[in-house]
Amino acid sequence: MSALRFPLRRLALGVEAVGIVAMFSSFLASGGKVALVWAAAALLALAAALGAAGRRREMPAFWLWYVSLLVYAFLYVPLVIVVIFSFNDSKLNAEWVGFTIVWYQRLFADEDMLRAALNSVSIACVAAAIATVLGTMAGLSMHRFKPKLLPFLVFTPVAMPEILLGVSLLIFFLNTVSPALGALGIDFGLGLTTVVIAHITFCIGFVAIIVRARLAGMDESIFEAARDLGATPWQTFRLVTLPLILPGVIAGALMAFTLSIDDFVITFFTSGVGTKTLPLEIYTMIKVAVTPEVNAISALLMALTLAMIVAASKLAPDLMQAKA
Amino acid sequence: MRSNRALKWLVGGPPFVFLVVFFLLPALIMVVASLRYPGDFGGLAPLFATRPGEEAGLTVESYQVFFSDWVYLEIFAKSFGVAALTTFVCLVMAYPLAALIARSPKRYRDLMVLLVVLPFASNFLVRVYAWMIMLGPFELLFSRFAVICGMVYVHLPFMILPLYTNLEKHDPTLLDAAQDLGAGAWQRFWRVTFPLSLPGIFSGAALVFIPVLGMFAIPEILGGKDDWIVGNMIKESFLGTRDWPFGSMLSLMLTIAVLAVAGAASWLAARGMRRA
Repeated sequence: MSALRFPLRRLALGVEAVGIVAMFSSFLASGGKVALVWAAAALLALAAALGAAGRRREMPAFWLWYVSLLVYAFLYVPLVIVVIFSFNDSKLNAEWVGFTIVWYQRLFADEDMLRAALNSVSIACVAAAIATVLGTMAGLSMHRFKPKLLPFLVFTPVAMPEILLGVSLLIFFLNTVSPALGALGIDFGLGLTTVVIAHITFCIGFVAIIVRARLAGMDESIFEAARDLGATPWQTFRLVTLPLILPGVIAGALMAFTLSIDDFVITFFTSGVGTKTLPLEIYTMIKVAVTPEVNAISALLMALTLAMIVAASKLAPDLMQAKA
Repeated sequence: MRSNRALKWLVGGPPFVFLVVFFLLPALIMVVASLRYPGDFGGLAPLFATRPGEEAGLTVESYQVFFSDWVYLEIFAKSFGVAALTTFVCLVMAYPLAALIARSPKRYRDLMVLLVVLPFASNFLVRVYAWMIMLGPFELLFSRFAVICGMVYVHLPFMILPLYTNLEKHDPTLLDAAQDLGAGAWQRFWRVTFPLSLPGIFSGAALVFIPVLGMFAIPEILGGKDDWIVGNMIKESFLGTRDWPFGSMLSLMLTIAVLAVAGAASWLAARGMRRA
């Protein structure tokens, strides 16, 4: 924004603020239809301001700004409305009645919800830790030894529709592992363990991709130098390789954690009856009865993810590059 | 040389073994499961008969059912239709935004990309739920339209990012040259920018098309019963009717469809690259 001349920047931001406030207030007041007109008008004005400012500085044309702002609005408006209605004093997500935090209070009094949250966090911690170790090993191995089969095993679970991994693990756990362990006298069913294993399976690939990308940009001669100076492979790894790839490893771990805590499809098939995670609870709530409690948990999850992204960008500044 | 080989197994071995056991083996078991009889109370019938007259062993029954009734092939066709429409809408929405980011001054680009990825960081179900609330007041819920809205919303970043990565690499002097040679804005786009962006389009299309095929939550939550696609059938076979062989067969069909789409996309992308 700072590239725009000062008054124009003021104007653009002012139009934006007025437009957004007008849009949401009219959406709440009218049930939505007038809001679309308001939104289009506000975005048109903003695009005009940005386009006019850009003419002098070889910025993209007005219509490109307009369409792009519409797409940005498409990305953000639904989520903002979810957050707004989480504070609405009405059981229906249709009209603004008044401000309340009762949905949040009800959420924190809900024991099933708290247990699900605890499950989600513990699954994500364990799965991310193991997936980070295995994924880093896979990334190192693919970079250094160029194995033939490993890339296929690592990347296919990432590229396939999630449902395929979910149902194949469901069959595997219930039809193969459970009878086999049952013959040994061990009782094995779907639960926390199976969910953790399933999450590790699809997280390994993401960690490996990030670690390998980090290694790809590196000067091989550093590792050769370490070897020439008499370092054992373990010493080379601990003193040279690991410190260099650490930002990638941290980025991979955070990615694995987010993927695990957010996962719905694979958890749905591998969790069995008793084990619930937050996404599974949300799914049940959406299917059974939609109340603003869903909005409240959604808003809290958004805040958590946002906090994690901010923390990640502080911890590992090149995380964003690795992700993109 | 020998210690090198030991090192290779020490580093690559654990993830290799883990993925063979928990990815490759289950996939192979699923292929076999598609050839078995359904169990009396759901699941799979035993491979070897334990009592006389019991259905056991291998059969192609599931495949016969699939190919003898048009209903299943129609659902596959519908899934491809939904996936194609979603991909097209994503492309139309993503192109201007990707182009804008690629043409913006360098120091804003990271921020603009972050703004694309940020809503994507909220939970998948939350994003689907947001469309329930958005479309509810307009009485558009439980329709094909709602399903496409949800699908596009969830998959849009997968189209924007590869397109942006491609468009960012374009050499602006090509457009200047085209302009000097008398090409208008329209011609410059269709004869220079668009052909050059084909690899980005195809990789983005594959990233959108493939997950849409296996989706079951969006049609279930936002759509009506007519909007069910392959993913819903698979889920229903495993958790509803509990006919595992049929579900495994459907999953296998989906895998073949996915491989075909991925193959086609990479072939087209390579061809586009050669021509450009």
